[in-house]
Amino acid sequence: MESGCSKKLLDLIPQEKKWGFIENQNGISHGSSEEKKLELKLGPPGEEDELLVSFGYFSSMKSNAKHAHNKFPPPQEDHRGGAVLAASWAKNHHHQPKPPNCSQKRTAPAPVVGWPPIRSFRKNLATTSKLASESPTSLPHKVANERNPAAPETRGKGLFVKINMDGVPIGRKVDLKAYDSYEKLSTAVGELFSGLLAAQRDPSADGPKQEEEKAITGVLDGNGEYTLVYEDNEGDRMLVGDVPWHMFVSTVKRLRVLKSSELSVINLGSSKKGKRVQN
Amino acid sequence: MAEQMSDDDERQQSPPSDLDFTSNKARTCIVTGSVSGHTEFQSLYPDQVLENVLENVLHFLTSRRDRNSASLVCKSWYRVEALTRSELFIGNCYAVSPARATARFTRVRALHLKGRPRFADFNLMPPDWGAHFNPWVLAFAKACPWLEKVYLKRMSVTDDDLATLAESFLGFKELVLVCCDGFGTSGLAIFISKCRQLKVLDLIESEVSDDETDWISCFPEGESHLESLIFDCVECPINFEALERLVARSPSLKKLRLNRYVSIGQLYRLMVQAPQLTHLGTGSFSPSEVAGQGDQEPDYVTTFAACKSLVCLSGFREIIPDYLPAIYPICANLTSLNFSYANITAEQLKPIISNCHKLQVFWVLDSICDEGLKAVAATCKELRELRVFPVDAREDSDGPVSEVGFQAISEGCRKLQSILYFCQRMTNAAVIAMSRNCPDLVVFRLCIMGRHRPDHVTGEPMDDGFGAIVMNCKKLTRLAVSGLLTDKAFDYIGRYGKLVRTLSVAFAGDSDMALKYVLEGCPQLQKLEIRDSPFGDAALCSGLHHYYNMRFLWMSSCRLTHQGCQQIARAMPRLVVEVIRSADEEEVYDRVQTLYMYRSLEGPRNDAPKFVTIL
Repeated sequence: MESGCSKKLLDLIPQEKKWGFIENQNGISHGSSEEKKLELKLGPPGEEDELLVSFGYFSSMKSNAKHAHNKFPPPQEDHRGGAVLAASWAKNHHHQPKPPNCSQKRTAPAPVVGWPPIRSFRKNLATTSKLASESPTSLPHKVANERNPAAPETRGKGLFVKINMDGVPIGRKVDLKAYDSYEKLSTAVGELFSGLLAAQRDPSADGPKQEEEKAITGVLDGNGEYTLVYEDNEGDRMLVGDVPWHMFVSTVKRLRVLKSSELSVINLGSSKKGKRVQN
Repeated sequence: MAEQMSDDDERQQSPPSDLDFTSNKARTCIVTGSVSGHTEFQSLYPDQVLENVLENVLHFLTSRRDRNSASLVCKSWYRVEALTRSELFIGNCYAVSPARATARFTRVRALHLKGRPRFADFNLMPPDWGAHFNPWVLAFAKACPWLEKVYLKRMSVTDDDLATLAESFLGFKELVLVCCDGFGTSGLAIFISKCRQLKVLDLIESEVSDDETDWISCFPEGESHLESLIFDCVECPINFEALERLVARSPSLKKLRLNRYVSIGQLYRLMVQAPQLTHLGTGSFSPSEVAGQGDQEPDYVTTFAACKSLVCLSGFREIIPDYLPAIYPICANLTSLNFSYANITAEQLKPIISNCHKLQVFWVLDSICDEGLKAVAATCKELRELRVFPVDAREDSDGPVSEVGFQAISEGCRKLQSILYFCQRMTNAAVIAMSRNCPDLVVFRLCIMGRHRPDHVTGEPMDDGFGAIVMNCKKLTRLAVSGLLTDKAFDYIGRYGKLVRTLSVAFAGDSDMALKYVLEGCPQLQKLEIRDSPFGDAALCSGLHHYYNMRFLWMSSCRLTHQGCQQIARAMPRLVVEVIRSADEEEVYDRVQTLYMYRSLEGPRNDAPKFVTIL
């Protein structure tokens, strides 16, 4: 078996092949010294080579959302030949190359986003399955859902928090970024649940017919049939509307629409806060 | 006249059915009866009859390619074809607008939509790129109330969309979501509670957020019409008792694929209720922690044996191999077996696979090694599709499978039509052997995980191997290449890959010539996805004659510039040319990170996020 070191190099250097990249073929200038610095070289550091071929585009692009893999290794690690996008081929290397002095430990090539092309749910199989076969009695299969289901989700630009309503078994989600004030939120919440409530009162009313919906209003002022409360990042239950909007948005974890009659029964907040702010 | 009008109205609104035939006849009579002028009567009659006949004949046309051809014959055929098309397939949701689709096809019963390009699955595109189902569901809700089936792939579906779906279509029967996202268990709950006629709910490889809603309990009480329930991708616990009751009252249930939160003990209870199942996803296939060691183990073997119709088996999400013998009784009937989540060895596989004589589809992890593949090759002579996934998906991991297993498969499974093979080592010889042994190959996807890896025996590029595939496999329509490849490989593809419709290229080629060979040589090319290959603007220009015939072209981390893409956009007005950056990147350089372009009747879309620039 070849040593890992030379195997990696062979992978990268084609034999008797002059890689036919001509600089400026596509008008991509390699003139700027900054770019030259970014180009990785194959060979011991410090070796200057004229025909530095590079492909792809190697700005310091940050990788896409989910994975923290770097697309390109930083320029100083140029003894690794693994970042293929920035690999350069010295024109003398026609023959079977001798691997350069692998004085450094042959490390893995920097991982590249989306390669190998395996979808994320197919990864991490080594851990769960291996554990399963090792110890039949202690199973990880009731793995705690790593995502805290109560935490607000930031899907793209929105900030989605769960909202439940008394008497409605099915919760919904609201995007707090879509509103900039309590009034707008209150209206939205009202609309969201009045439909559901109406449907529940009359379960045979399917279809797109518009039921006359009893509007849910007054969730913020304590006058309506329902009141909007929320759970903050310390787990306390608070009345919505007490704190400035932006503070609310940054601390809210989930929302709840309660029957106002139930309010007095529920212990709101902790002793530290949660009392109505006197304006 | 009034009678004629009202019949026309009726025709617009009522769903197509056998009744149409009689109403057509009736209408013909009414036409003759109610038309005033004698001469009018003469000219209307034959045309009307012809259209009626045409309509009844075209009802039988199911292939969408045939339908597309028929619609081009003349205006009359176009009209009638549009009225009789019940299944609408749209391969790129941005190629046509919902308004245009619903205006032309008014009687659609089934809608099949595809959204994001495939490379988005591998994080090559920021999230929130688009492909929203919302405008579609709203348009169809207004225009096609008889819609019964929706099949979506790689689209964003919200909870509200699911609610709209259930509320707008009274007879809705089938929902299949493949690689979709944007919704959660609360959306599912609303959908299920309102769909009284639901037969199929298939969630496949989709991301479902956990809203802590008990959606299984939302199926309406009483006997259900459910035929298929697939939720193996749903990553949250479910209410098992509710599921058990559901299965008990679903006599038509044929397909059930459970998620990993269902233990083997619970699986047993479900199988006892539903021995009529044809497709089963076993869930975790391990006991729950709760089950004590002293508890009596149910008789799994007998239960499996009782499922005489079972032909498709999958799941095994957290398999305890000790339980594998339970499935012995049904191996001989299996046509499809998916072990791609089961980290099992060759020894554990052999007793099972040696009985699977009828197996046609086999998905497995490379943990079975070359030895396991040899066992497959020895028994599964009917194998049509093989997929070997890596347990450890990294470039430098150990490769338990190699050209040895690959060649063994080619020698044993001569009827192979589709292969997806992840490995660390491969040789041209083995690939050439497969090209000769398996001439029926339609799909050939080889992923040598180390980038630019040559033939590990000869050190040569993999050109000849892939060349042999396109040369010898005359039915090949889908190809994915990997390993060290020069322009020569693409020359072969352009020359011999005359039926290739989908081509995936990564880290391959030397110059623009490679892309030119393909664009000039492959007349059937529809979907071309390229990443990290040295192709530039000149190559892009060489495909101008063909881009309107393609569904899309994806090129990321190549050598394209803004000018080059701009040129294309100017030359081809019906092409939408999207330049996509990473979400947090500024548009600094002239170079294009990702180009995604596709033909469209609608021009630039209005829902493009900030990181997309449409030229």
